[in-house]
Amino acid sequence: MTAPNTPDVFVVKDCALAAIATGRRAQNLRELRDHLVSIHPGSIYYHFWGGLMHPRFDEPEYNNDFAAWARRALHDARLAERLGVIDPADYTELEALRQELIEVIEERIDEREYQTWARPDQQFHFVRAQTVSFDTGRRIAHPAELATTVPQLSLGSIFYHLIDARRREPLGTDDFRAWLGQFGDTYDELRARLGEVDPYFVNLVELRQKVSELLRGYFGAAA
Amino acid sequence: MSSLLDAYAGVAGADVIRHLRQLAAPLKGARVVHVNSTRVGGGVAEILTDLVPLKRELGLDTRWEVISGGGEFYQCTKGFHNGLQGNRVELPAALLRVYEETNAQNADELGAVLNDADFVFIHDPQPAALLRHFPQRRGKWIWRCHIDASHPHRPVWKYLREFVAGYDASIFSLADFAQPLPHPVYLIPPSINPLTEKNMELDPAEIETVRAHYHLDPARPLMLQVSRFDRFKDPVGVIRAYHLAKSFIPGLQLVLAGGGASDDPEGEAVLAEVQLAAQDDPDAHVLLLPPDAHRTINALQRIADFVLQKSLREGFGLTVTEAMWKGKPVIGGDTGGIRLQVINHHTGFLVSTPEGAALRIRYLLHRHERLLEMGRKAREFVRENYLLTRHLREYLTLMVGLTHGMQDRINLG
Repeated sequence: MTAPNTPDVFVVKDCALAAIATGRRAQNLRELRDHLVSIHPGSIYYHFWGGLMHPRFDEPEYNNDFAAWARRALHDARLAERLGVIDPADYTELEALRQELIEVIEERIDEREYQTWARPDQQFHFVRAQTVSFDTGRRIAHPAELATTVPQLSLGSIFYHLIDARRREPLGTDDFRAWLGQFGDTYDELRARLGEVDPYFVNLVELRQKVSELLRGYFGAAA
Repeated sequence: MSSLLDAYAGVAGADVIRHLRQLAAPLKGARVVHVNSTRVGGGVAEILTDLVPLKRELGLDTRWEVISGGGEFYQCTKGFHNGLQGNRVELPAALLRVYEETNAQNADELGAVLNDADFVFIHDPQPAALLRHFPQRRGKWIWRCHIDASHPHRPVWKYLREFVAGYDASIFSLADFAQPLPHPVYLIPPSINPLTEKNMELDPAEIETVRAHYHLDPARPLMLQVSRFDRFKDPVGVIRAYHLAKSFIPGLQLVLAGGGASDDPEGEAVLAEVQLAAQDDPDAHVLLLPPDAHRTINALQRIADFVLQKSLREGFGLTVTEAMWKGKPVIGGDTGGIRLQVINHHTGFLVSTPEGAALRIRYLLHRHERLLEMGRKAREFVRENYLLTRHLREYLTLMVGLTHGMQDRINLG
């Protein structure tokens, strides 16, 4: 068993996102690719994850804006499917996600004999996010408290600790798992179960519910 | 917790209100001024009526100022409005001079209030020229454009851009509406207030009184469009769609309900066209309502089986949001913010022609179970995304963002 250091108290934070237009837009696939090469990484983040914090229909046909645009504006179902299956949770670095997007788009450009244009009023607008995070004043001293605290968290807190955390050190994990890791291997099973929750195909309400149920199940059984 | 925020917690959830309080904490005491050109009529005035008291409750020292002008001033700003929406309008130099002089006069009157404010939100083009009269301003000035400026008539935008470029930031409702500007361009869709007379639950007896007052038959289907009498709202196209559908559904009734805003001199001419198109049909009701007829509009939206918003150009389309909040599917023009709200086959239908609207009218009236299901989805979609609390959160985020420069991530501790 790994000897645990004294774990920190978990600081519950909350966040809000502001959407900022970059002024860059694409009307066909080549333009989309050209912008993707150099667009601010915050814009790639926004178009994959921003929908969770901004107005979006809860049952979208595609979970990222690139796939939705390929289908609705370019009417390219094949490309939409390929873009739609990209899961940003698989990528610890936004640069790797950027490269994957460019790969998929370039492959499609090579396949097609002609270029499809979107209507002028259906261009792809690159938007980026500005994230403001703040301390809620709430603290969690022991992991068992997660079971009662998580169901009460705001959706901003859920986003911050379960999704935004993947962009912060340690990369690619959520804050709960990172914190539980401070207790040595005591909570390895719980961390593994949390790691199986896919945050990409649910909205934040559902994500909060899933994680709450998982925590209740774990700590209920342990008790 | 104060009563207004308490009331919101009942609709949006206590966690949402707690979130707002924490986000507002670093802004406590900030002097905030909103400036527009009318206190009643139109979506901007309605949003400010709701937003300003909430900001105050969150501890921000918030004021709402209204600029005043004469007939020529409003004629000019109506031209701006139409021009930003893509209409080819020619604005004579004399009118532009009136616009600039009116802004100069209002700048004199608002002097210290605006100079000393920490945040000044200038709504739409009417007061946009105020900025140049405040070279010693100490706060951040933000231009809030509520109009679809995606394809403006270039001479109009070229003229207005000179005034707007100097702001610290601007806000557009959608990315599609935004124009390139040399400062951060924030994207914030508007919202509705679920607690106001326009959106609150009504007593069934009150609804029936409105129905009887306007001689609407409860046994027959009713479609409704609520909008100003403005060509971009295509009220004549609505009447055409209604006539096309009525040939298949003879009992169909139509209500076109609208008012005029005090800054819209074209309304009367459009109303006359509408009355002419509807004059021979006793089931087509054209209602000119006063700006404070909120409960009547609320009741009409609840009486209707479904709602139309067949705009050719639309800023955001708050009447769509209002109808959806009342559980009504919306047949909307495929334009602007309507696209953000009307999700085809889920919350309503997007259409491009009167014929398309007529087809969807017939569909909804023949598929009652689908109509009800779409109405339920529409209400939940609004609850999650378009209530005032979300709008307020984004304003607060912007204000925090502007005070911390343009960093991607701002950690308030």
